[in-house]
Amino acid sequence: MTAHSSTINAVIANRRGRTRRYAVVLSVLLVLVVAVFAVTLAVGQSVTPPGDVLRVLLGEEVAGASFSVGQLRLPRAVLSILAGLCFGLGGVAFQVMLRNPLASPDIIGITSGAGAAAVFAIVVLSMSGPIVSVFAIVAGLGVALLVYGLSFRNGVAGTRLILVGIGVSAMLQSVIAYILQSAPAWSLQEAMRWLTGSVNGAKLDQALPLLFALLFFGGVLLSRSRDLEALRLGDDMAAALGTRVSRTRMLVIVAAVGLIASATAATGPIAFVAFLSGPIAGRIVRNDGSLLIPSALTGAVLVLAADYVGQHLLPGRYPVGVVTGALGAPYLIYLIIRVNRIGGSL
Amino acid sequence: MTAATLKTSRGRWSAASGSNRTRGLWLAGLVVLPLVFVFLSVTIGTRNVGWADIAAGIGGAQDNIGRAAVALRIPRTFLALLAGGALGLAGAIMQGVTRNPLADPGILGVNMGASLAVVVGVAWFGMSSAYAYIWTAIAGAGGAAIFVYTIGSLGRGGATPLKLALAGAATSVAFASLVIAIVLPRGDIAGGIQSWQIGGVGGATYQRILPVLPFLAVGFAISLLSARKLNSLALGDDLAAGLGENVAVARAVASLGAILLCGATTAICGPIGFLGLVVPHVCRLLIGVDHRWLLPFSALGGACLLLAADVLGRIVARPAEIDVGIITALIGAPFFIWIVRNQRVRDL
Repeated sequence: MTAHSSTINAVIANRRGRTRRYAVVLSVLLVLVVAVFAVTLAVGQSVTPPGDVLRVLLGEEVAGASFSVGQLRLPRAVLSILAGLCFGLGGVAFQVMLRNPLASPDIIGITSGAGAAAVFAIVVLSMSGPIVSVFAIVAGLGVALLVYGLSFRNGVAGTRLILVGIGVSAMLQSVIAYILQSAPAWSLQEAMRWLTGSVNGAKLDQALPLLFALLFFGGVLLSRSRDLEALRLGDDMAAALGTRVSRTRMLVIVAAVGLIASATAATGPIAFVAFLSGPIAGRIVRNDGSLLIPSALTGAVLVLAADYVGQHLLPGRYPVGVVTGALGAPYLIYLIIRVNRIGGSL
Repeated sequence: MTAATLKTSRGRWSAASGSNRTRGLWLAGLVVLPLVFVFLSVTIGTRNVGWADIAAGIGGAQDNIGRAAVALRIPRTFLALLAGGALGLAGAIMQGVTRNPLADPGILGVNMGASLAVVVGVAWFGMSSAYAYIWTAIAGAGGAAIFVYTIGSLGRGGATPLKLALAGAATSVAFASLVIAIVLPRGDIAGGIQSWQIGGVGGATYQRILPVLPFLAVGFAISLLSARKLNSLALGDDLAAGLGENVAVARAVASLGAILLCGATTAICGPIGFLGLVVPHVCRLLIGVDHRWLLPFSALGGACLLLAADVLGRIVARPAEIDVGIITALIGAPFFIWIVRNQRVRDL
């Protein structure tokens, strides 16, 4: 009896400890996002005093600061945060659902699909505004279905899905390259955005549709958080735990693609953020709780920090995707080595 | 698993592969076909040129735009023949050496490795001479090949086709991203990102082609001479060793040939993917798995396909051109997916 209750107590204590640790991790990440956000607002080519930054944020006119903070830095930082949240959340949803860190949307072609559709809409059909996002979302969903369908053969094997995705991605990349090549007004700025992703020339009104997408699709995803966790244990186990597997999978795919595609339509496919956020968050959170929110916050920190580094800390100015790409590439190789050696898990 | 898939696919292929007579017919066809494509490549372009000007242009006259355009098409055609032949042959060698139906210089990251090496050399070490380009590209190709093969053979089961392809594709993605990171901020690098991300044969001149010729020649020679060794390797390592073949040396020599071909090609054209995947498979369907036939066929077939892709790229988007690397990806990627689907897969 006493042995029994002491076991229960240990389990409860363990669970409490994990919950507490999870809360700490979340708040640290949140503080980190706010801190990097504040730094990017205050420190640029020139340093703006925090008081002035605050006054600009509250809508006051401050000589000298209103333009640099309000017009340049704020839209950029806001768009970075939103895109980072979307990429981080959408990426980890795929990785968790498919139980493979390589199955992130930017590797299996979903980001390229959204990117290709967005470029097509903008360059060939001369569209602009939210309709581009809709275009990108539809195309992203189409690519997701295509990759899933093509890799389906007595069930979907992870490796096959990833390879099929890489093949599809190669095709879509060459579509992007082709559209950029044949674009009537070749602009390097545009091209950079669609090749690696960039938040150059960000406007606040770009942020609004992205915010709606984040709230809507993110909400859907978070409401499925428990089922998604169950899917990590395998389809059979998840079904045994009362998860409706195919319905959950469908919802998760739609929501994650929605997030990724909306962000891609706004900033271009910022390289490897969707791929990196999940594993980084996994390292921090360990097994203490759901990866969704930590990964989203990690994505936001990544994009904000990488953009800051690309703008101010390197010789010359680099778009954010170049910095995240240079970070992500070695990690991708490392991951392949690790997956091959010990078999993969997040 | 490799042996099993090879055996089943062999069964299917050997049924289609005919006698020496059918091979001879196909060979004749494959000699005529490049000639047809050469003719098309010289006569068809973004600009429509009359027959008289074409004849004059071939003769070297450049006194009006049409003739000058034709004169430009000749080295370009020559380069497409060389590059296509090299990549087709390199693909066949890689599939033979790794005994992997998914092997291709593009998919295994070899071309991107060469591209990355050149970009690093140009951007950070101020490299500019043609020979420096070529040596660097070959070193990059070799490094990438060894790297990918090592990663792909880690862990359970050794270098299975899917593991190797995954390692190669991921390495390729990673290298491509590094290439962007290095070239994007540097407006001064010749050709910009486009030409180091996507290969093309446009803008070829004899001055650019000439330095790679010796490298390609050595590469072709080594590759074609290793046909017999590849036939032994196809029996499996144990049996090949039993037949007196030094397996490791055979692999290394054949790979060296392929790496020379890929490196030299990438140094002038940029990375062209999927060509080396498609061509050997089609050739195997036509003439069977004997490498003594397969290798020359793959070279000729590669030359045909690249020329055809280049001509196609010039006519579908007039007045603009599409780089041949884009066309080969559009043709080759579905083929790649088809092969992946037909592989029996065990999860990693």
